[in-house]
Amino acid sequence: MSAAARRTLATARRVLAQLRHDPRTVAMLLGVPCLLLVLLKYMYDRQPGTFDRIGPELLGVFPLMVMFLVTSVAMLRERTTGTLERLLTMPLGKLDLLLGYALAFGAVALVQAALASALTIGLLGLHVAGPTWLLFAVALADGLLGMALGLLVSAFAATEFQAVQFLPAVLLPQLLLCGLFVPRADMAPVLRAVSDVLPLSYAVDAMGRITRESGLSGRVLADLAVVAGSALLALAVGAATLRRRTA
Amino acid sequence: MMNSSAGSSGDPAIRITGLVVRRGGATVLPGLDLDVPRGTVTGLLGPSGCGKTTLLRSIVGVQRTAAGTVTVLGRPAGHPALRDRVGYVTQAPSVYGDLTVGENLAHFAAVLGAPRTDPDRVIAQVGLDAHRRTPVARLSGGQRARVSLAAALLGRPELLVLDEPTVGLDPVLRRDLWQLFGTLAAAGATLLVSSHVMDEATRCDRLLLMRDGRLLAHDTPAALLAATGATDVESAFLTLVQHPQETVR
Repeated sequence: MSAAARRTLATARRVLAQLRHDPRTVAMLLGVPCLLLVLLKYMYDRQPGTFDRIGPELLGVFPLMVMFLVTSVAMLRERTTGTLERLLTMPLGKLDLLLGYALAFGAVALVQAALASALTIGLLGLHVAGPTWLLFAVALADGLLGMALGLLVSAFAATEFQAVQFLPAVLLPQLLLCGLFVPRADMAPVLRAVSDVLPLSYAVDAMGRITRESGLSGRVLADLAVVAGSALLALAVGAATLRRRTA
Repeated sequence: MMNSSAGSSGDPAIRITGLVVRRGGATVLPGLDLDVPRGTVTGLLGPSGCGKTTLLRSIVGVQRTAAGTVTVLGRPAGHPALRDRVGYVTQAPSVYGDLTVGENLAHFAAVLGAPRTDPDRVIAQVGLDAHRRTPVARLSGGQRARVSLAAALLGRPELLVLDEPTVGLDPVLRRDLWQLFGTLAAAGATLLVSSHVMDEATRCDRLLLMRDGRLLAHDTPAALLAATGATDVESAFLTLVQHPQETVR
């Protein structure tokens, strides 16, 4: 095993160990999206078609939000307690650290996406025309995107109060413009253009297509690639915000 | 591993020339020169806020500097090749509160690529065997500081930079840790230990007295007392502050 792989795995193992010591956070990470989806199902009890439309789209949104919150606070703690400075005086690459976080929280996102997908399709009886594994893949990519954005914004927060404020600042505009409330085609041209550059729009588009269209469409794969690419870009920018030398 | 350093052992472990550091508009270090010989315990003494931490951070290579050079074990401070040769303990313990002592050290050992037996060795060195499975957040302040110190001992670094490692410890523990520092230096390591407690000075091979970002003295404890005619380091410090012309270098 190369030294970089060893350090990445050490970081992932440590982040998972921290989660293991915090069962309440794990329960909320996995349970909250499921509870919200159940709530949604019964909210639209009298309009059966609506859950089939909105359910999958929110299946992509909830993991994003939860992962965003958890990772932004986790990384901020690393910065404020001095452990980040200690790690950066050691032979740990910035990418080792971020990939370690990505692996650990990616594993959590995987379990979260599996639980939420199984719940919506199995128990809640969501009708999906396309392949279910694709629905799961998009949910996972959304979780990873949330994680990468969370790591990135933690660089701009000095306190946990500020970190939490980044949720409405960074995610709510994406949620409003992603096509969930108003179809993106019906928006004013400026807003339409803005929504075209926000990654959540592609996540929600992909979910919509999977529910409506059977078979594997190239558009869905392209959407998925945009979401995954945005996550990688956010990770790369996040790496640039880690400084070994500070004022 | 202890003496695998590049360059002859006659070179100082740390050589600083003309170091200037400014933080937030204020000049913390106005121009500092310093040599720290290898295999010694050097005490960095001075009041709180005199620039001790800034100096230590410059040596570790995490401080942005405005001018001057800092050479550590023959390389510029912060050089990637130094990252497993220099151990650094910050003033506030930088360990994970939600992990146990053993988990913390296993993690840092894995990052360093230190031997698997290293966590056990350093836990014993700082006297925390009984707390291996205790989450760090449940330890006392002094115990937490020792976990942070233990992490810096992983991988047997050639240079240890310790920022107030003995604050809040009971006298017996303080004596034990100073004995440990002496043992490490005898084995070839170089230690730079800051403190604002002057009575720890007698434990050091060499002393650096610092005030307002400048070094008042750099000598052995005995020579310092002889030069100032004082009976203890605290009085020597006062003498140097009042009569700076007697500064010994």
